[in-house]
Amino acid sequence: MSIGLQTAAYIAATVLFILSLGGLSNQESAKRAVWFGIVGMALAVLATVFGPGVDLTSPAVLIMLLVTVTVGSTAGVIVAQRVEMTGMPQLVAALHSFVGLAAVFIGINSDIAPPAGLAGAELVIHEAEIFIGVFIGAITFTGSIVAYGKLAGKIGGKALLLPGRHALNAGLLILAVILMFMYMNHAGSWTLYLMTLIAFFIGWHMVMAIGGADMPVVVSMLNSYSGWAAAATGFLLGNDLLIVTGALVGSSGAILSYIMCKAMNRHFVSVILGGFGTTTGPAQEIEGEMVATDTDFVAETLNDADSVVIVPGYGMAVAQAQQSVSELTKRLRAKGKNVRFAIHPVAGRLPGHMNVLLAEAKVPYDIVLEMDEINDDFPDTDVVIIIGANDIVNPAAQEDPNSPIAGMPVLEVWKAKHVFISKRGQGTGYSGIENPLFYKENSRMYYGDAKSSMNNLLSKIS
Amino acid sequence: MIIGAAKEVLDGERRVALTPDSAQQLQKLGYECAIESGAGEAANFSDTDYKDAGVKVIADAKTLWETADIVIKVRPPEASELELTHEGQTLISFFWPAQNGELLQQFADKKVNVLAMDMVPRISRAQKMDALSSMANIAGYRAVMEAGNNFPRFFTGQITAAGKVPPAKVLVIGAGVAGLAAIGASTSLGAITLAFDVRPEVAEQVESMGAEFVYLDFEEEQQDGASTGGYASVSSPEFREAQLAKFRELAPDVDIVITTALIPGRDAPELWTEDMVQSMKPGSVIVDLAAEKGGNCKLTKMDEKIVTENGVTVIGYTDFPSRMATQSSTLYATNIRHMMFDLTPEKDGQANINMEDDVIRGATATKDGEITFPPPKPKIAAIAAQKPKAPEKTPEELALEEAAAAKAAGRKQLGLLIGGGAVMALIGAYAPESFMQHFIVFVLAVFVGFQVIWGVAHSLHTPLMAVTNAISGIIILGAVLQLGSGSWIVWFLAGISVLIASVNIVGGFMVTRRMLQMFNKS
Repeated sequence: MSIGLQTAAYIAATVLFILSLGGLSNQESAKRAVWFGIVGMALAVLATVFGPGVDLTSPAVLIMLLVTVTVGSTAGVIVAQRVEMTGMPQLVAALHSFVGLAAVFIGINSDIAPPAGLAGAELVIHEAEIFIGVFIGAITFTGSIVAYGKLAGKIGGKALLLPGRHALNAGLLILAVILMFMYMNHAGSWTLYLMTLIAFFIGWHMVMAIGGADMPVVVSMLNSYSGWAAAATGFLLGNDLLIVTGALVGSSGAILSYIMCKAMNRHFVSVILGGFGTTTGPAQEIEGEMVATDTDFVAETLNDADSVVIVPGYGMAVAQAQQSVSELTKRLRAKGKNVRFAIHPVAGRLPGHMNVLLAEAKVPYDIVLEMDEINDDFPDTDVVIIIGANDIVNPAAQEDPNSPIAGMPVLEVWKAKHVFISKRGQGTGYSGIENPLFYKENSRMYYGDAKSSMNNLLSKIS
Repeated sequence: MIIGAAKEVLDGERRVALTPDSAQQLQKLGYECAIESGAGEAANFSDTDYKDAGVKVIADAKTLWETADIVIKVRPPEASELELTHEGQTLISFFWPAQNGELLQQFADKKVNVLAMDMVPRISRAQKMDALSSMANIAGYRAVMEAGNNFPRFFTGQITAAGKVPPAKVLVIGAGVAGLAAIGASTSLGAITLAFDVRPEVAEQVESMGAEFVYLDFEEEQQDGASTGGYASVSSPEFREAQLAKFRELAPDVDIVITTALIPGRDAPELWTEDMVQSMKPGSVIVDLAAEKGGNCKLTKMDEKIVTENGVTVIGYTDFPSRMATQSSTLYATNIRHMMFDLTPEKDGQANINMEDDVIRGATATKDGEITFPPPKPKIAAIAAQKPKAPEKTPEELALEEAAAAKAAGRKQLGLLIGGGAVMALIGAYAPESFMQHFIVFVLAVFVGFQVIWGVAHSLHTPLMAVTNAISGIIILGAVLQLGSGSWIVWFLAGISVLIASVNIVGGFMVTRRMLQMFNKS
């Protein structure tokens, strides 16, 4: 295949990737759009394999290619089929780490066997590209591994706060920059390897310092990094398709991080620096008491209600209650009640996580609404059921200027006539902030595991 | 424990504190139920009905008071009943401890625990046992019925072959529970209903019932009912004047006036003066629900119906709930049942007067020989205090703010462009041409990415991450190109890269497809 044809295939692939991302603007076009991505990827890979850069006559290359692609694809198929939808955050994080690691390897390879014919400024730029590519790749790799561990529950969700961590990070960053200049002045490959270790540490340390509730931001940030790593690799190989694709992925992750931060009213920088927001004064005292309720009362109220809004949170995913919730929705809708779901942007551990879980449980997507679409409807709602969510329905965000989450947009569930909170116990949410909602006059605590609570409800609502 | 319902002693009282339905519920809590023979007769519940519900029917009052651990009734106890009590017994009924101080002392001396149904605090949690509200609801409804009974015309307007009938005009004064019930009954009969209350915040409730709220043209801080637990309090003389002037204006027009204005612990305020009555049309009806406290109209005679010289009927009955004994007994018995439910958290048939519980503490008037009235203020205010509203911004101010925001955004954008341009110039000055060519592609791709991704639906963010994951596997191209480099380390590392990148590509696309298939429309 000639270079011209290969470039044409790359152009086609670029266009297809853009169409693929653009198609995600709604559910129906998205189903088609994913095929654009698949075709684009196939074109790009085939054009490369059969293109001028790869010598398929060499047995080493051919065997390695066949073996790795077969093994990798099989592994991919198995993972994709087996993964539970509640496990999506872990899977996404794990896949990010692969891109990061590949970027590190490709960078190091490029250092071992540099392309011929580079000299002067071009060589220096090439070395800078290697250095930056490896740096981003390494951070993505360890960061994603830690994120995977935290999301899968293999590492505790609590933020690890080393003393002087900001100074430590800054010092390491400066060291990496010094090493980069040494490397660009041909001080030797050891500078690259040392920097790789430093970047591994920075990635690990950065994500370790971020608490569980900030995970959606971290995952989308790592998504962005994996894109930038691919783009940097594109620079060092002089491959425009890699650059374009990397840039698309990078900006996508950046936008997701921005949306998540906005939804938590936090600055991106403060999330990345880790720890949780500091209070500026004593929290407002909460008046009232938590009142527990039982299945009979919840069922009775639901039977009398005309409009019901369900607010799911991470707790629903943990308890695997989405099937029961879906069944409950179906039964209530069969009785002619207006049942809808309210999804806060940061509900769950991944942007859009709740939507996917509900879709898996066969909840129609047109009754699953975003915060902005439903917030004005709460005063006309008879019953709100909150399942395993806490901070995203915390009225302190609006009422208490001293609260750590003050100003965060929240679902205004307390304006509804009845609010039932399905919760395991009296504890606070991930952020450890008291929730005055539980003490409100119209709130009732429906204690118990979300799944068994929903099943008990199902037995009372036919 | 045995719960016994005594027959009411007061002449003409037809209600009963236990119904067959509530008895069954109480038995579920572990109690035994007993009733004095004939207690439910006037409310249309026969002894047989009770027997069928598993209630023991006891022939006379004396035996009942002896057997029962808890006696439930409606009216406050009389001296004759005091004699029947025994130590350790619990009495649940209306009691009015503030007015019946002497009786309360006697009950305390006999070590009888008294839970006064009229002292249940007015908080949301206790609504289910708020007997005052459930009785007031009935009184409001019945007031309209009594008025209709004495009113010589239709409520609703009609156009018939025999001529046009104008609708009746009803004025309800005081939009508490009774007032709202009266409004509801009157509007559903088709009358034009006006309502007035000193608490302007109830206007919304009034309007939601289909009545028209009568606003006063009065410039003074109006009452916030929240500070008094949802009850009205005394108003200033100026306010009162404005209010009476408004009523005077309405009097010749209205056909039926229902007054429900009460202030806790005081005589009823006079709101419908004699001159207003005189200016009303003959045949008009006034129902004074405050008759027991002296009446909102001075002409009202307690427990009587009178007709004035100019033909206005003034009804001063005080037994409206008792006139609808079946309905009021059902509601009252349910209130009692809810009270027992809260008293029996273990559902073991043992009443536990838990003084830590706001509601039970509020209702308890005597306990173990001590008078526990008045109760401390409950921890929770009945109604949230009104918040002062932020002043509305004028359109000019809004426009100014918008203009300022637009300017600031413009300045920020300009700054970013200049900054970005400077960085570009710096890179361009030093970087070689080949780099700059790739750089153009990179910057354009970032822009395209930003434009495209903003359009992605929030609900599809997880599939977006999965698909970007898959396409970032494009890094496989780099690894494939390095396979043939000759060095075995490079070959090996590139191989691993190809392997993990293919996991990414295949896994990412497949999982995306799996997720997207799940999104279905209803």
